[in-house]
Amino acid sequence: MIFKVFAKEELRSFFDTLASSNKVVGPVGIGKDRHGDTLFAFEDVDRFGDLRLDYTTTRLPAKRFFLPFRESMASFSLEKGDWKKDISYNIDRPHIFFGLHPCDINALNKLDKVLLGSAYPMPYYAVKRKNMFIIGIDCTPQPYCFCRSMGSDTALHGFDMFLTDLGDRYFVEILSDSAYNLLKNIRTSDPVEGDHVHYMKVVSEKTRKFVTRVDTTDLTKILDMEFQSDVWKQWGDRCLGCGTCANVCPTCYCYNVDESVDISLQRATKDKMLYSCTVIDFAQVAGGHNFRPERHSRLKYRYYHKHRGFVEAYEESLCVGCGRCGESCLAGITVPEVIASVRGEEV
Amino acid sequence: MENRLAFNDVVDPKHHRKNDLGFFEYTYKAEITSIHRLTGMENLYRIQIVNPEDRKSFTFQPGQFLMLELPGIGEAPFSISSSPSRHGDVELCIRKAGNLTNFLARVPRGAKVGIRGPFGTSFPMEKMYGQNLFLIAGGLGLAPLRSAISYVQENRSHFNNVDIIYGTKEPSQLLFTYQYDLWTADDITLSITVDKPDPSWKGEVGLITGILERIFSERDDSFFKNTYAIVCGPPVMFKFVCNMLTQKDIPMEKMFVSLERRMHCGMGKCCRCNVGSTYTCLKGPVFDYWTVMNLKEAI
Ligand SMILES: Cc1cc2nc3c(=O)[nH]c(=O)nc-3n(C[C@H](O)[C@H](O)[C@H](O)COP(=O)(O)OP(=O)(O)OC[C@H]3O[C@@H](n4cnc5c(N)ncnc54)[C@H](O)[C@@H]3O)c2cc1C
Ligand code: SF4
Ligand code: SF4
Ligand code: FES
Repeated sequence: MIFKVFAKEELRSFFDTLASSNKVVGPVGIGKDRHGDTLFAFEDVDRFGDLRLDYTTTRLPAKRFFLPFRESMASFSLEKGDWKKDISYNIDRPHIFFGLHPCDINALNKLDKVLLGSAYPMPYYAVKRKNMFIIGIDCTPQPYCFCRSMGSDTALHGFDMFLTDLGDRYFVEILSDSAYNLLKNIRTSDPVEGDHVHYMKVVSEKTRKFVTRVDTTDLTKILDMEFQSDVWKQWGDRCLGCGTCANVCPTCYCYNVDESVDISLQRATKDKMLYSCTVIDFAQVAGGHNFRPERHSRLKYRYYHKHRGFVEAYEESLCVGCGRCGESCLAGITVPEVIASVRGEEV
Repeated sequence: MENRLAFNDVVDPKHHRKNDLGFFEYTYKAEITSIHRLTGMENLYRIQIVNPEDRKSFTFQPGQFLMLELPGIGEAPFSISSSPSRHGDVELCIRKAGNLTNFLARVPRGAKVGIRGPFGTSFPMEKMYGQNLFLIAGGLGLAPLRSAISYVQENRSHFNNVDIIYGTKEPSQLLFTYQYDLWTADDITLSITVDKPDPSWKGEVGLITGILERIFSERDDSFFKNTYAIVCGPPVMFKFVCNMLTQKDIPMEKMFVSLERRMHCGMGKCCRCNVGSTYTCLKGPVFDYWTVMNLKEAI
């Protein structure tokens, strides 16, 4: 692993070198919420001045760039009972992600396991993922963050370079050859012992700021044992079945497929849309039978998939603890509270 | 210095089917070569992959399913109902149930459809060599079971005693009536029952479990030591049937059932077919009964 340090002003010229010949996506401010706090989002960025590297957590994850909400899977040209299928993976150039937090990088690493690493890798995701240049950046834990409990507060891989703010300088961890080469455009130096000490101090200060914790000890077994527990019914009574939680979640990837014929009757399209397991018809089949007709069974399934099924398959949970779902839920349903209540703890 | 990142085209467009990534949306073009009306609700479609080489290399096992696509209308999973020895010249027994299936019922012979697959687990036929077999179906469950029946017919000497037990609500709903004589001609015992007989019905009446009770009383306990069962039908049905079979000390691992869930990909990606901690399309649709007992929400 290669570490470097560079003066903060250098980052602007680094951005400019990248942005001059590539598409850059990064965190920007998009207005204020009702408490007057800035709302952040990942958007295309042309000017360094628009970037908000001090951002908290974006409302929506960056997933629309690699798992778009709606995406065409294929199109057909139709002709007298015959057809031809054209498949496009909807990307033709790399994207640079300037400033992803560790939770969002870890979310990608989890998605990689199921969408790239399992049987039947998914090309629509693969092509986009293989064309991401990721610059990670350290964050300040917010009251709703519990990434540390989920083991996602540091990113070990899945990025090209990672920045940590040391006040007047950035400490950079370099993972890819292309990052190493691109950094030749700016003045960097090898870190000295003092930088290492400084880095460790910053990291331990960050760790001390976490206030929300989730106890995941034995959680897979507890979810099995408490499958019929009344607490699910209580949460289910509050849940609106709106699907927002999956929409804002950086690791939710379930989808629906929809085909339609255009008005000329000569072309048809097959689209994929992200879906949510809390929405009423998620498990409904032809003839009207619904395998999960009640809201509580669907909400429970969302937790069961993330904290039980995925753990069985990949030995880690499908939640990075970013807290987005809890922040966006109109019913105030948060992961730490749901899990604590399933564990029989007072909430 | 070149700072423009190069585009990494990970799917080789020329070799889509051979490349793992290209396989994902690869669709065989196939032709509906015949449509046979089985009942008022179900048709049997014979569907042949157009390219002769692909037709030969398309192999599957009884119990597997494919995704059938009508461009612009939709795509849905169907069990392959024909013999695996016929490769990419398959038969699907399809009930009119919704959008795609109703549209399909109006499509003329010769129409071109798309096929992806085959997907999912299968009945482990070779494991059952030398054993007695119960092949049990309720209603449309006969569609996947018929592939296993064909396999047994073609490899009859590999199996010991074979029983087919089949039940529907009414005689008019019986599928594949024209094949019953061919099955019995291959030394397979066929027992059929209906819930609600009509005046012309001369066979047995009642539930499948009733037939099983009769068979239990006719055979001695040693028979069940070397017996496997394949049970296809709605969960209430296979639950009762499998529980009865456990009374004869048949291990749950020797009983196979097929689950049905909503499916949009067949490849463990859309999550719609999730059951308990796993996916019906990947770890199923064929599960042994022990596994099903341990999956939440499976029954
Ligand atoms: C493994 C498996 C094997 C099957 N084998 C057969 C068979 O041999 N014969 C047969 O008649 N039917 C079979 N089915 C059921 C068949 O898939 C549905 O009847 C079919 O999806 C209905 O589609 P539709 O467009 O007509 O209905 P709609 O209600 O309009 O459904 C729209 C879409 O929802 C999904 N969907 C709806 N119901 C189901 C369902 N039950 N299972 C999976 N996806 C569904 C499909 O993607 C479908 O295109 C099988 C299902 C599974 C999972
Ligand atoms: S948990 Fe909240 S966000 Fe998710 S579906 Fe229920 S009400 Fe909507
Ligand atoms: S489940 Fe909630 S906390 Fe966990 S990764 Fe998804 S949005 Fe973040
Ligand atoms: S059908 Fe999509 S995950 Fe099983």
